[in-house]
Amino acid sequence: MRRPRLLYVPFWATYLFLYAPIAVLVFMSFNSGDSPYSFEGFSLKWYGELAGNAEIRHGLVNTLVVALGSTILATVLGTLLAVGMARHSRSKLLDAVSVLPAVLPDLVLAIGLLVFYGMIKMTLGLHSVLLAHTVFGMAFVAAVVRTRLTHADTSLEEASRDLGAGPVTTFLRITLPQLTPGIAAGALLAFTLSVDEFVIAFFTAAPTEPTLPIVIYSMVRFGVTPEINALATLLLAVSFTVVIVAQRMTRLTESLS
Amino acid sequence: MLQITGVSRRFGDVTALADVSLEIRQGEFFALLGPSGCGKTTLLRILAGFESPDSGAVTLDGEDLLGRPAHRRPVNLMFQSYALFPHMTVAKNVAYGLEREKLPKAEVRSRVAEVLEKVGLTSMAGRRPQQLSGGQRQRVALARAIVKRPRLLLLDEPLSALDKKVRAEMQLELKRLQHEVGITFVVVTHDQEEAMSLADRIAVFSAGQVEQVDAPVALYERPRTPFVAGFVGANNLFSGRACSVGLAADGLGVLPGSSDLPDGTPALLAVRPERLRLDGGQNGEGVLKGEVADVSFYGGVSHVSVTVPGRAEPVLAATQGATPIRAGARVSLSWAAGDGVLVPQ
Ligand SMILES: Nc1ncnc2c1ncn2[C@@H]1O[C@H](COP(=O)(O)OP(=O)(O)O)[C@@H](O)[C@H]1O
Ligand SMILES: [Mg+2]
Repeated sequence: MRRPRLLYVPFWATYLFLYAPIAVLVFMSFNSGDSPYSFEGFSLKWYGELAGNAEIRHGLVNTLVVALGSTILATVLGTLLAVGMARHSRSKLLDAVSVLPAVLPDLVLAIGLLVFYGMIKMTLGLHSVLLAHTVFGMAFVAAVVRTRLTHADTSLEEASRDLGAGPVTTFLRITLPQLTPGIAAGALLAFTLSVDEFVIAFFTAAPTEPTLPIVIYSMVRFGVTPEINALATLLLAVSFTVVIVAQRMTRLTESLS
Repeated sequence: MLQITGVSRRFGDVTALADVSLEIRQGEFFALLGPSGCGKTTLLRILAGFESPDSGAVTLDGEDLLGRPAHRRPVNLMFQSYALFPHMTVAKNVAYGLEREKLPKAEVRSRVAEVLEKVGLTSMAGRRPQQLSGGQRQRVALARAIVKRPRLLLLDEPLSALDKKVRAEMQLELKRLQHEVGITFVVVTHDQEEAMSLADRIAVFSAGQVEQVDAPVALYERPRTPFVAGFVGANNLFSGRACSVGLAADGLGVLPGSSDLPDGTPALLAVRPERLRLDGGQNGEGVLKGEVADVSFYGGVSHVSVTVPGRAEPVLAATQGATPIRAGARVSLSWAAGDGVLVPQ
C-alpha cells in the first residue's frame, strides 16, 4: 500500500526548519555585496577578507591550540578515569560524579573555574581555557569509553595475565585496543565541543587571548557581516568533515575488532 | 605434582568450595565433574590465580602457588569462552604468550608454526578469531595455552560450546594432544560421558565438595556416595538397610548386593540398567516383578521401564538391540549379587 504523500509533510517541514538557516548562511557567504541580507552576485571576496583578518587568524590559532591541547589531555585522563571506574571502584556515587561536568550548565562550570583559578592565584591566559575545556572534555571521554568498557569482556584481560603479561602490558596490548573506537569517538567529541565552546572560554580566557567564538561574538555585536557568514561556512565544512571521518573511523575500528 | 589441601571459598552466603583436597599426578588427564554451580570454575580460577581461597593451600611440585600472581604461574587456563583476542590474528594470539617470555623472534615463529600444525590450523594463521568456526576457535585457544608448555593446563568446559559431532571429534583430539605434549591436564566438565571418555581420573563435585575421586571404570562400577551413584550414568537406586546378602529394601524385601557395610547401616543399593536381566512371563525366578510401562528403542540398546508394586519410580532395564517385550507385559527382574552396589546413605 502506498503511503499518503501528506505524511511526509511534517518530516520535510522539520528538515526545512533545521537546515534553512544554514543553507541561507552558506549561500549568503558567497555574496559580492556588503549586506548579509540581500544577495547581489556570486563572489569569493569575503573569504579573501577573512584570510586577511588578523584578529580572526589569532582567534583561530588560539581555538586550535585549546581544542588540540584539551582533547589530548581529556582523552588520556578520561580514558584512565573510565578504566579506573570500571575496574577498580564499586562506588555508584563516584561513577555518577565522574560524568557530572558533562551535564553541568556551562555557566556553573565557568564561574566555578574562575573562582578556583582566583583562589589558586593562577593568571588567566590560553592555558586557563585549555584546562577548563579539559575538565568537561574529560567527562565526555570518560562517559563514552565507560560504555565500551562495560561491554568489554574481562576474560580477555584475564587471558592476557594468564599468558604471562603483567598489568601494564595487559592494559596496553589488550584493554586499550578494545577501547580504541570509544576513545576515538570521545576524542572527536571533546574536540568539536571545544572548538565552538563560548561561555566557559569567555569567562576563563585572558582578554588578550580570545578564542574564535569570542572573536566572532565581538564582531557580531556591531552587526553580522558576510565575512562572518564565510567563517561560519568554513566551520561548518570542518565539522562535517570531522563527523564523517569519525563515522568512517569507528566503522573501521569496529570491523577490525 | 599438584596438591590442593583444604581449599574453601565463599561468596556471600554461597559456599563455592568447602574444604576441597585433591592430589593430581604428573602427566595425568584429570577431570573435575559436577553439575553446574558446584564450584568447578572457582577451583580452576584459584589454580590460575584469578581468585583466592578463604583458606587452604595449593602447591605445585612442592612450591606454593597461591603467593604468586597469575602471570607468574607455570599454569595456563583455557577459558570457557575461549577469550581469544579479537584484534589479533590466530598466529598473533598464539604468539602472545611466548612474546611475553621475551623469547627470540625466530623461536617464537617456529614454536607457533609447530603448535598450529599440531592442532591443524596452519592455513588459518592469518585469520582473525571471528572468521573461524566454533571448533577452530577452540583449537586456537588450546594452541595458545599449550604453546607456553605449562606444567599444568586447566581447561574450563573446553567442549561445551561445540555441537555434538564436533565435540566427539575434539574429545579424541584433546586426548591425542595431551598424550603428545605430556602436559598434565585438568579439565572441568558437567558432562559425565565426556569426563569418562577423556580422563584418567575423575573427581566428582557436588555443592563445593569432593564426593569421590576415582578412575572412570571404578567410579562407574563402585560409586561410594549416593550423589555419585545418581549422577554418574543411569542407575536404579533402592533405599533400605544393609544386610548380609545385600539390602533390606523399604517395601520390596531383600535385594541381592555385595558390600562390606555393617548390617543395619542405612544404605542405597545401585544397579545399572544394563546389569538387570529381564524375563517375560510368570516363572517366579526374578527378584522383582512388575509390569512394563514403556519401551524405547535407541538403535544399539532398548530401554524398558518397569513399574514395580511398592516403588514409586519405575525400574529401568537396558537390553541389547530391539526387544520383543511390549508395554503391558508382566516381567520379572533379576541381577547378580556382584552387580548390586551398596552405598552408605
Ligand atoms: N565472583 C562471584 N561472586 C559471587 N558468586 C560467585 C562468584 N563466582 C562464583 N560464584 C558462585 O559460586 C558458585 C560456584 O560457581 P562456579 O565455580 O562458577 O560453578 P561451576 O563452574 O561448577 O558451574 C555458584 O553458586 C556461583 O553463583
Ligand atoms: Mg563453570
